[in-house]
Amino acid sequence: MAQTQRCAVLVFPGSNCDSDLLKAAQAIPGWNAEYVWHTTESLEGFDLILVPGGFSYGDYLRVGAMAARSPVMQALRKEAAHGVAVLGICNGFQILTEAGLLPGTLLPNRSLKFVCEVSPLEVANAQTAFSSRYTPGATIRVPVAHGAGNYFCDAQTLERLEANGQVVFRYAEGQNPNGSLNNIAGICNASGNVLGMMPHPERAMAEWMGSADGRALFESLQDALN
Amino acid sequence: MKGVVTVMLKQDVLDVQGQAIQRSLHSLGFDTVQKVRIGKSVEVDLNATSPAEAEAQLRGMCEKLLVNGVIEDYRLQVLEN
Repeated sequence: MAQTQRCAVLVFPGSNCDSDLLKAAQAIPGWNAEYVWHTTESLEGFDLILVPGGFSYGDYLRVGAMAARSPVMQALRKEAAHGVAVLGICNGFQILTEAGLLPGTLLPNRSLKFVCEVSPLEVANAQTAFSSRYTPGATIRVPVAHGAGNYFCDAQTLERLEANGQVVFRYAEGQNPNGSLNNIAGICNASGNVLGMMPHPERAMAEWMGSADGRALFESLQDALN
Repeated sequence: MKGVVTVMLKQDVLDVQGQAIQRSLHSLGFDTVQKVRIGKSVEVDLNATSPAEAEAQLRGMCEKLLVNGVIEDYRLQVLEN
């Protein structure tokens, strides 16, 4: 019998994927998911922290910049340092890079257009807590919806990410929607407990949603947390 | 005192907005345009006893929030009211 896992879904002013993410987490047996408001100063006791997509603070200054400096992110930083699993999706990824928990940053899409489509992704590393249920190199279908998903970092950081296997998801060759370096769609930190990705696995939880390929990401976490 | 922080993308970071503006300028007949870079300007009114102190405060603000050092550079100007 799986033990119960406590799962936080952070909510910032302007988050808009929090409800989808909460429902995705609630669909995983044994997970007890709840919303946590951005002014909260402690995340003690949570086994998993989810940072949802949206347009926190209206994308003022830079995408994710204001949310990254909020009290709950100080708490998140503390838990992440203790090895608690953190997943940031879309704006959540942008927030994690702005908070310095993941290297690099997300620039406006090279096309300057907002992209909203189901994009084929390659599972570049299936040996992480977030991807163990996928077949290495498999192509999965997960939607993207963003205006600033163009992953950028300096050359040394990129080399380090590749060498360490920190690139977990890539857009399929020739189908990069935003111009990101090395077709990067999602990366994890060196310790492997923090992952940020632009595509939305919470929008691909069942066939009736158009794809059920996102579900294995949450199930991978389920394995890792048990 | 007033501080003016000018934030620009680093030279090696592709500025897609600047490129789009450049194309528009060309289509309007401004054929002399060679390159356009876009940035932002942040004005901060603050209390400080000297321009040097104001500058030190502003540098702290740039490092902690106003500038993302991965992709941006900045320059500072302190104006006495």
